[in-house]
Amino acid sequence: SVRGLAAGPETHFGFQTVTEAERREKIYQVFESVAKKYDVMNDSMTLGIHRVWKDILVHKMNPSPGTLLLDVAGGTGDIAFRFINYVRSVRERQLQRKLKHHQNLSWQEISESYKEDKLKSLGDSQVVVCDINKEMLKVGKQKAQHLGYSEGLSWVLGNAEELPFDDDKFDVYTIAFGIRNVTRIDLALQEAYRVLKPGGRFLCLEFSHVSNPLLSRLYDLYSFQVIPVLGEVIAGDWKSYQYLVESIRRFPPQEELKAMIEDAGFFNVDYQNLNSGIVAIHSGFKL
Amino acid sequence: GRACLSRTEPRARDGRSGEEEEEEEGCYQLYPGHIPTSPLQKALLAAGSAFMALYDPYRHDMVAVLGETTGCLALPNLRDKMKHHPEGYRILQERPRIRLSTLDMARLQALPDGTLGREYVRFLEDNKVSPDTRMPPKFVDDEELAYVIQRYREVHDLMHTLLGMPTNMLGEVVVKWFEAVQTGLPMCILGAAFGPVRLSARKLQLLATELVPWAIRSGRNANCILNVYYEERWEQPVESLREEIGIFPPP
Repeated sequence: SVRGLAAGPETHFGFQTVTEAERREKIYQVFESVAKKYDVMNDSMTLGIHRVWKDILVHKMNPSPGTLLLDVAGGTGDIAFRFINYVRSVRERQLQRKLKHHQNLSWQEISESYKEDKLKSLGDSQVVVCDINKEMLKVGKQKAQHLGYSEGLSWVLGNAEELPFDDDKFDVYTIAFGIRNVTRIDLALQEAYRVLKPGGRFLCLEFSHVSNPLLSRLYDLYSFQVIPVLGEVIAGDWKSYQYLVESIRRFPPQEELKAMIEDAGFFNVDYQNLNSGIVAIHSGFKL
Repeated sequence: GRACLSRTEPRARDGRSGEEEEEEEGCYQLYPGHIPTSPLQKALLAAGSAFMALYDPYRHDMVAVLGETTGCLALPNLRDKMKHHPEGYRILQERPRIRLSTLDMARLQALPDGTLGREYVRFLEDNKVSPDTRMPPKFVDDEELAYVIQRYREVHDLMHTLLGMPTNMLGEVVVKWFEAVQTGLPMCILGAAFGPVRLSARKLQLLATELVPWAIRSGRNANCILNVYYEERWEQPVESLREEIGIFPPP
């Protein structure tokens, strides 16, 4: 219809049909509304299991000191903080090993080398948290301050479909529970490819599809009956969590997402199901 | 009320679960703000809101949700009481709303002391409350009953005025006792029973010996409070209105 053409291409918002512009606006509002209760709700809805999923993602990444990470849709900083912790502990072990080998040095020499390394407790690793939503970034920054994260951490307001970064910049690109909310997934994947260095890795952690029929029914029941209620009781916001569960159903399943990642130019694309497919980690490399 | 679809047919990948979900919940939005819910969701909401209302007394929205999810017997009762009373019937037809945009605050303030209008405005100012903070109903699956619960909420401040009770915990509990007897809403009954939990011993004693017995007696004696067209009675002295309804003078 004429109105349709004028308003823009159609897409979905949960189970509703909307234009792309409307979808972006609605999603922005959802995250503006949930930002303050985001972490509490994640813990309640997943009974804390989301923490394990995120730990697994960072372990799979296995970053070494000196890695430059771009965490897109990183909002409240969960992946960024885990990255910093991981790199710090790897760095500590490195330093310990180094010290052991230097046991024949004089006290002065040891303390000097220690001071030098102290300055690089992260070993030049850096993480840039990029999110399109100001409220989510605000919560993330507050959390960082509260938890004492400052070194090697930057916060950038940006759109996954059009990243404010130059080509070939990052070693790793992660997007955890964010790609589902992107309106043009193909563009986000292309941008991911662009900003990664050759040899860089793409990692996506996202809700996916459960193939086991019994589990799928239980999961649906829980999703549609319990989660919006949790949203209303804890966050006073039924509709945002109704959107959440609907958007999960709308998102492409494992194989389809794998194909989309390959289309963007990534090689060696694979995925790992967590909890029978409730969540999946997709991985790809830029060569 | 008119029924209109709140969601278009889902073109979900897993169409089965989407359709099933719609069948369970009745996919029609009956009034603006209506969220259709399944019986299971209502039960979970009732339990969750009851817990949250006790845990965090500032969550007035939870008290509202509790009222909506547990009122399925009391609300039709109230509606019928209104239908069978001339003034109540007119209220159901005309659907007056008490909010800042419909009230002429200047006129009410200018009324003589002791009139309903003047005392109501005084109550709002003293307690720093506004009629516009009442939650609109979301989980009531009948458009007329949604109005009934909305009217009950908007009339609540007038109850405070007629009973002479402030908006502190003690005053609210007393009003809840009165409303529990009057409406039979489980939310009022629960509020009346559990509200006192957070009160000091001295207040509890006052509550038990004087205030609650008076609230119960008044509640029993009085006509249905939803059957009074308050908007036509601003000029009426509070005492005269109390007598007319059947509320005994406050202790």
